Amino acid sequence: MTAVLELRGVTKAYGDNEVLRGIDLAVGEHEAIALIGASGSGKSTLLRCIDLLEEIDDGDILLDGEPITVPGRDPVPARRRLGLVFQAYNLFPHRNVIDNITLGAIRAHGMARGEAVEAGHAILDRFGLSGRGADYPDRLSGGQQQRVAIARALLTRPRALLLDEVTSALDPELVGEVLQVIRELKAEGMTMLIATHEMGFARDFADQVCFLEGGRILERGVPEQIFTAPEREETRRFLARLLTGDRAG
Amino acid sequence: MSALPPLTTKADRAREHRRRSQRAITISAISTIVVIGGLVTYVLTSPGWPTVRADFFSWSVFRSSFGSVLSGFWLDVKLFLVVEVAVLILGLIIALIRTVNAPILFPLRVLAVIYVDVMRGIPTILLVYIIGFAVPALDLSGVPTNPVVLGGIALALCYSAYVSEVLRAGLESIHPSQAGAALALGLTPAQALRFVVVPQAVRRVIPPLINDFLALQKDVALVSILGPEEAFRVAQIFAASQFNYTPLLSAAALYLCVTIPTTRLVDRLQARSRRERGGVLVLGPR
Repeated sequence: MTAVLELRGVTKAYGDNEVLRGIDLAVGEHEAIALIGASGSGKSTLLRCIDLLEEIDDGDILLDGEPITVPGRDPVPARRRLGLVFQAYNLFPHRNVIDNITLGAIRAHGMARGEAVEAGHAILDRFGLSGRGADYPDRLSGGQQQRVAIARALLTRPRALLLDEVTSALDPELVGEVLQVIRELKAEGMTMLIATHEMGFARDFADQVCFLEGGRILERGVPEQIFTAPEREETRRFLARLLTGDRAG
Repeated sequence: MSALPPLTTKADRAREHRRRSQRAITISAISTIVVIGGLVTYVLTSPGWPTVRADFFSWSVFRSSFGSVLSGFWLDVKLFLVVEVAVLILGLIIALIRTVNAPILFPLRVLAVIYVDVMRGIPTILLVYIIGFAVPALDLSGVPTNPVVLGGIALALCYSAYVSEVLRAGLESIHPSQAGAALALGLTPAQALRFVVVPQAVRRVIPPLINDFLALQKDVALVSILGPEEAFRVAQIFAASQFNYTPLLSAAALYLCVTIPTTRLVDRLQARSRRERGGVLVLGPR
């Protein structure tokens, strides 16, 4: 079976700063993979490269076995088959919630307006946002905005969902409601690649965890193994730092 | 420990508050009367006042000329409404050419920079002269020769250069993450501009845009040098034939009838955009 997403030797540098130094990774159908690692380890850049918002320098990215990073090829069709959710939500402040959610479905996927609005309301109901369709994003809490952003990415029925630190900008008491939504998607079999700082969440949710440092995947394994018996010294150090940080916080 | 008796009561504070606000009203009323009254007295008692009153405030001249000045002003209104639409479209095209980073647009970008530099650098009145007299002299077929149209074109050229700079500032003020979010949804770059970036940019610069339109509403009077009988021209003709400036003053009053409401609108929109910007801050991450 071909993986939904496959990365082969992906590298990316900004000037002299090598952010990704040869990433190999495969995400199978219905699989959820968590990317952990310190800030600056390359998690966000990796997700942006997969969604073709950044051009990679070398290597290949394949979506359903088909290379999408061929030089000179239009990135738009591949982006339409992927969903990306940002740390800062990036909702469109001039459009209300339902117009935010349906924009991509209508304009990029040619869905009929009525159908898109109906699907949009259904997904809002599911995410506990019934009746908020006419509100503008600045009327919503951070947790609500991020749920709208996830709904917006989902309405285009992506093959895989890329989540970039989706809870890092939220107040602690709002993190749970967003993670709950992601758990439900996982239960439905959505294929996901998630950059996260929420170790507890990565542990009980992800099928596989990848530890990134300095633009490389240093260790990959099931959560149980990564969190209790990491093989690499760097992974141990990173997790230990987080634990002491947690205690201090 | 027993409670201490209050030293002041709510009523005391309310009384003091009333006293202060009454005092403020009294002071501002007196100073207004003194300043305005002083100015009016100064003008009315000036040695030349009787002559000025006869030359600028003649009721009979006003009555005989106002109808013609008003119909001339209608031409001004039609002209600036049409020119405003043209300016908005042309200005947006130039702003987009200068903002969008496609290599294919490079020659156009150079042209746009030259266009903006030249059109902003020439006094509007000279531009009206040049377009108004040079273009018909070319004697080309299909090129308009109507002075109103030519004057309108000159104003559109001049003001689109200003407006393109306002719109460009607006486009550049929209954070790249907005375009990123639009592209991530699968929109094409052109769709991202049309549905996400441009609407936000225009909204953000509405007050300065209207400011430029306000200047345009007055500058339509410059078209008079090409001959069309708009308000200023009509008033000038009357003033010259009757040796009385009252028609010019009535033309000025007509311009004010349009520009003052526009000014108030700008104030209102500016206050609103201040409030909205306060709201926008909440949007970002902590």
